[in-house]
Amino acid sequence: MTTEPITSKPRRKVRNFSLLSNRAGAAFMLPAGLLVSVFVIVPFFWVIFVSFTNRTLIGRTALNPEFVGLGNYLALFDPATFFQRGQFGFSLILTTQFVLASALIGQALLGLLLAWLIQTVPPWVKRITETFVIAAWILPEVVIGFAWFAFLDRDQGTLNALLTGFGLPPGDFLLEQPFWVIVVFNTWRGAAFSMMLFNSAFSSIPPSYFQAADVAGASSWQKFRDIGLPLIRGHIVTDLILITMWTFNTFTPFLLTNGGPSYRTELVSIYNYRVAFQDFQFGKGAAVGVIMMLINLAFALVYLSLGRKKAPKS
Amino acid sequence: MKLTLPAYVGRIAFSALAALIGAIFALPLIWFIFAPFNARAELGLAIPDPWTLSNFATVFGNSYAVQALWNSFIQATGGVILVGAAATLAAYALSRSSVPGKGAVTYTLLLFSSVVSGSAAMVPIFLIVSAMGIMDTHIAVILTFAGGLLPTAMFILRDFIDSIPKSYEESAMVAGASPVQAFFDVALPVIRPGIVVVVVWAFVNIWGSFLIPFILLRSSDNMPASVAIYSFYSEAGTPIVTLLAAYALIYSLPVVALYLFVSWKFGFRFFGGIKA
Repeated sequence: MTTEPITSKPRRKVRNFSLLSNRAGAAFMLPAGLLVSVFVIVPFFWVIFVSFTNRTLIGRTALNPEFVGLGNYLALFDPATFFQRGQFGFSLILTTQFVLASALIGQALLGLLLAWLIQTVPPWVKRITETFVIAAWILPEVVIGFAWFAFLDRDQGTLNALLTGFGLPPGDFLLEQPFWVIVVFNTWRGAAFSMMLFNSAFSSIPPSYFQAADVAGASSWQKFRDIGLPLIRGHIVTDLILITMWTFNTFTPFLLTNGGPSYRTELVSIYNYRVAFQDFQFGKGAAVGVIMMLINLAFALVYLSLGRKKAPKS
Repeated sequence: MKLTLPAYVGRIAFSALAALIGAIFALPLIWFIFAPFNARAELGLAIPDPWTLSNFATVFGNSYAVQALWNSFIQATGGVILVGAAATLAAYALSRSSVPGKGAVTYTLLLFSSVVSGSAAMVPIFLIVSAMGIMDTHIAVILTFAGGLLPTAMFILRDFIDSIPKSYEESAMVAGASPVQAFFDVALPVIRPGIVVVVVWAFVNIWGSFLIPFILLRSSDNMPASVAIYSFYSEAGTPIVTLLAAYALIYSLPVVALYLFVSWKFGFRFFGGIKA
């Protein structure tokens, strides 16, 4: 303990003592650097390039794409069709509503409620509740998609069986209310993350704060409003940005609805897939990708600037 | 502390509410407890009569289904080896060397990794894989996932390595070890728990993913289980429920097992924080 600074300090001066030399450090970073460059950084620039061409998946322009300037963007933002079903504007607005309803309201509020509830309930209730909420989150998306398909089935599904049991009218929800189905679906799927983040945030508050409030006779709601909420504000901002980005980019609803019926659940990620891989218009799909990345970039910059200010990571 | 009556009622109400929400979350999954063991399973909830493993026998008798599970395993394992090895080396360098521009590299990676999502970059990823001539191969899926998961994996591991005192390796080097020896013999064993977490996280991510293999693979010989599961549909487009249920359960097992392993070993909150 006492000798260590003495032995290491002169060495650092004499030989520039760093654990890894610059050359070794660079060599260590090379494999990761190559992989990330080719599959993350190059796609970022390539997609911008492709978005200015009329490249297609098959046919003549697959091999010899031509420059079309802003053509793809003008097509996406064509005011004549912008808001029509199955067009970019419709998809963008749908996604905005989806993010607002399922992430910012659904996942965050439900996660907050759950995190607060499991602070006080008996351990066995906490464990059971956590198990199912987390199961919804960790199971593979394909399995979840199929589970919900069975759950919502009009004739036999568990949901309609329950509704009938309670004397309520059954419904074909995937056909009648597809948007609200994917909102509930995504809330259900992702609430676990917010719950866990807020749970660890609440546990980091010194218990003495709450004990003092108990002595003063505060209700649970008062403790939540006046102690819990203000002290986890940083975590809430972090959570909102992360779940917004994930929900904006999610492709999972495709596994439940295929984007239909008649484009009513076609989020931008699904729209991007359809334009590029079903209509084979790579140039237009690339333009959608560029816009998605710009939106991601805006959120990421906000997130990173927050992290730089005071590192809200738990 | 003694509870007053209203506080007691409040506690019961809280427990009831928490249990109710838990039950609602369980509802869509209950079907999976019964259907795989029911030889006449349909989309409705029914208790098997009798309980049977015949659905599983059918799945394991279907060579395509077994092949798909094996493909999932190859792709996830391949990706995990690449992510684990490359992320460990890079994170160690980011933590321990003084390569100029280290901070900028970290910031740029963080930025790019959150901007370039699979659903935004599907077109360029397809084009790059196509240009490399590796379309419809395991290696295409493995490399794509390795590139995509590496930034996050590096951050997790760099934080982990930063928390380990440098004096471990310094003493080894004072004793005459080369930097490379200090890394392999001293640092690596200490970092191992961090690598395990990253590896499990990457495995679960690749194993469960749908979009990337769906786009990059064409032939049924290479399909992982997440895509192959859609072959359990009859020609009319209706699912063959018995097979699907059993297959989905088998396919979910590794994820559940790994999750339980990590929560037993590290506490589940850690795992919770790092799933992308």
